[in-house]
Amino acid sequence: MPNSSIPTSAELIQSGFVRRRKWIARGMKTFLFLCAALSVFVTTAIVFVLVRDSWDFFANVPLFDFLFGTMWTPVFANPQFGVLPLLAATLQTAGLAMAIAVPFGLIMAIYLSEYARPAVRETIKPALEMLEAVPTVVYGYFALLVMTPFLQGFVPGLKGINLLVPGIILGIMILPYVVSVSEDAMRAVPNSLREGGYGLGMAKWQVATRIVIPGAFSGITAAFILGMSRAVGETMVLAVAAGQNPNLTWDPREGAATITAYIVQMSLGDVAHGSIAYQSIFAVGLLLFVITLLFNIIGFYLRRRFREAY
Amino acid sequence: MSTTTQGALSAATTNQTAFDAVRKAKQKDILFATGGLVVMALAMTLLLALIGDLVIRGATRIDYGFLTSYPSRLPERAGILSAWVGSLLVMLVTAFLAIPIGIGAGLYLEEYARKGWLSNFIEINVSNLAGVPSIIYGLLALGLFVYGFSLGKTILVAGMTLALLILPIVIVSIREAVRAIPRIIKEGAYGLGADQWQVMWSYIIPAARPGILTGAIVGLSRAIGETAPIITIGALTFIAFLPPAPVTGEFPFISFAWLNDGFTVLPIQMFNWVSRPQAEFHVAAAATGVVLIALTFSLNGIAIWIRYRLRQGYRN
Amino acid sequence: MTDTTMTIDKTKTDTQPAAPTKAEPDMPPAIKPAAERDPLRARIENFSFYYSNGFQAIKQVDMPILDRKITAIIGPSGCGKSTLLRSLNRMHDLYPGNRYEGKVILEPEGENLIGPEADPVLVRLRVGMVFQKPNPFPKSIYENVAAGLRVRGIKKRAVIDEAVETALRRAAIWDEVKDKLHGSAYDLSGGQQQRLCIARGLAPNPEILLLDEPTSALDPIATAKVEDLVQELSETVTIVIVTHNMQQAARISHRTAFMYLGEAIEFGDTNQIFTNPKHPRTESYITGRYG
Ligand SMILES: Nc1ncnc2c1ncn2[C@@H]1O[C@H](COP(=O)(O)OP(=O)(O)OP(=O)(O)O)[C@@H](O)[C@H]1O
Ligand SMILES: [Mg+2]
Repeated sequence: MPNSSIPTSAELIQSGFVRRRKWIARGMKTFLFLCAALSVFVTTAIVFVLVRDSWDFFANVPLFDFLFGTMWTPVFANPQFGVLPLLAATLQTAGLAMAIAVPFGLIMAIYLSEYARPAVRETIKPALEMLEAVPTVVYGYFALLVMTPFLQGFVPGLKGINLLVPGIILGIMILPYVVSVSEDAMRAVPNSLREGGYGLGMAKWQVATRIVIPGAFSGITAAFILGMSRAVGETMVLAVAAGQNPNLTWDPREGAATITAYIVQMSLGDVAHGSIAYQSIFAVGLLLFVITLLFNIIGFYLRRRFREAY
Repeated sequence: MSTTTQGALSAATTNQTAFDAVRKAKQKDILFATGGLVVMALAMTLLLALIGDLVIRGATRIDYGFLTSYPSRLPERAGILSAWVGSLLVMLVTAFLAIPIGIGAGLYLEEYARKGWLSNFIEINVSNLAGVPSIIYGLLALGLFVYGFSLGKTILVAGMTLALLILPIVIVSIREAVRAIPRIIKEGAYGLGADQWQVMWSYIIPAARPGILTGAIVGLSRAIGETAPIITIGALTFIAFLPPAPVTGEFPFISFAWLNDGFTVLPIQMFNWVSRPQAEFHVAAAATGVVLIALTFSLNGIAIWIRYRLRQGYRN
Repeated sequence: MTDTTMTIDKTKTDTQPAAPTKAEPDMPPAIKPAAERDPLRARIENFSFYYSNGFQAIKQVDMPILDRKITAIIGPSGCGKSTLLRSLNRMHDLYPGNRYEGKVILEPEGENLIGPEADPVLVRLRVGMVFQKPNPFPKSIYENVAAGLRVRGIKKRAVIDEAVETALRRAAIWDEVKDKLHGSAYDLSGGQQQRLCIARGLAPNPEILLLDEPTSALDPIATAKVEDLVQELSETVTIVIVTHNMQQAARISHRTAFMYLGEAIEFGDTNQIFTNPKHPRTESYITGRYG
């Protein structure tokens, strides 16, 4: 009964089929490994490029002057490279963003995870996802051409280019991300813990604030830290609406270039390859990378610890 | 938790205070729930108002001429022809690179890698790359592709840059899709004598297709709106020509000359117009924004729909 | 592994008697009486298996597998029947940390299936498997049966068509599916799916077919069909079947092994095991006192 046109394993070996397949499988395994290893290569390449191109920069500008200098005038005849003005603007807008995203994000996440019916949650989550997809340059448009003129009617002294509005818009922008990450964390808190709280006669809000939030604390913190990292690294809103003028100010009604906005500004003009101005964008890029890397690593470990807890 | 217990117990000493406590808790609950709803509604309304405003300002500017004209110094003649063609070609390169590489990396991490320091390291790497600001990818491309490899400020470089940028997104969604494939299906395939690659190619990849598709779509919708890395590689913002067509009249009918051409893309065009002082350009910017939002929303809508359909999942 | 060790000559296999004297000395007494009359297809020798968590699921099992006979493995739940069966086509290699000890010698070549030099993929090309739960692929009925052929690089449409039909007929499901070969396998009933999986396992002509409780999900009629089928198959294929159903083992198998807590307590002629068990545990299990 066995069909003679179907090769036996011996025939498969004799015909070289088995060997051929083995080579293909090995080759593909190597290829897949290379694909996965590409991520390591990319990280290495980022560090390599940033360090290499800012190497000469730091040969000319002492690290101390770079980190603590208060003047950033790269194209002046006598250029100054103190990064504090850029850093101050970056931290102010990111701080404003967090001031919006933390409380609102927390309330929305609690609402979604503890109060909302499943049907409501299933509609709101995709909607949040859609909002995350809005291109950032569009948010820049909102900040510069819609929100700023609108708020100028309420905030006296608000300049046309300022830090306040991009900060607010940035907060709205990272809100969906903060909500979805912290909501995931809250939902991962086991129901048995919640039931323990209800068993003690707690109301919903008490369970939320005394059991769910402490239980999901590291996950929620991770959401905030990763949100902060995004706010620090965001570019287009700031390049459009916060101005491209380095300006050491603590008044958010004024405009000031952030690290990212500076990189955009220099890229738009024709910077000579190899000039100190060219190197300076890699130097500030390196600083930005280090800051976000720190946030990301802390966020990664908090999240992982949280996942392991449950 | 113990303080609550005490509070609850002492409140329960008399019926009246217990009743009060319950009522208060109820009130606070309602306050909390309404608070959540109000914040949510506020955020949504604000965003909807902003998007609505954009549509009202920009939609009327979108017509045949707008889609088929080059940018111009005269705002009323300006169009997005070179921008959308550029976006399309860059996305082509991005998809062509990011999808296979993402599938490869996702399969490797999920199906091949033995738990150990190496796979752990790669894993941390991928999740870290997902958080690297997009402008840093721009600097990478500027230092490595544009000057290091002397590739210039071309469609190819932009496509490669965005491919690296969206790779973590694609990898994560492919891994999830692969993880969802039931073990007994895999064992069935191995049981027939298939080697690992045969199992991947004939069973895992086809079964993970919806997940791969959603990952690719979400990744591309992110890439289509990215501006910063493309500005950083120094893409020109005023492009009044189209790259050579990929299909030619003569043998071999396919040309890759467009890969090495200068270009602009939709978000850069929008950025350029937003930055102009003239209000007419702002209208053109709004119109471009409408096109961008329509593109990203429909891409994400498709992805959400596929995922929704997928929920039905395996019937076995 | 080199090509020569794997090369077998089918015609020789059929005529050449196994050399019982060679195997005899290291065989434990429990197995000795049965192993002498019929040619062997495989010998499980001093075989142990450890799961990655360190749990020893199989403890020094010795067992012959007779050529073109049905060997049934019975025993209470959790005693290691599936574990043993899955060892025979190296399924455990799919998960890291699992460990085999001892030998599974394929006769007459004398190749050790679980040795470090044996390629699990090659083993699975020779030893097919049908699982406890029906697991059709999310493809058409036709493609499910053709899957094993495609794995072997067969591309000729006519060959595949013929093999698919033969396998479906042998699995006694041809009449039910012949009009919807290109419909989804998921649209079949559980019993049909299981017979489809048997057809899938048969199509590439494996040398040994492993069946892990193939009828546990089936109704009596479908069960009877599968039993008939298995008996018919044993004329051409060596079969090892795990079953919870002792009547089934008694009805269809030639040899029966009784396992308990990872050990093969007793092995012998099915008739002998069911009418005259030597070991008290076997006796209490088949008379239904536990299990
Ligand atoms: N992946 C695993 N890791 C660790 N131990 C396992 C694993 N799979 C099975 N076991 C254990 O090995 C023993 C044998 O399991 P096995 O599945 O072979 O039993 P079985 O005889 O087939 O039972 P059943 O009749 O219920 O199918 C059991 O004690 C089980 O708990
Ligand atoms: Mg079992």
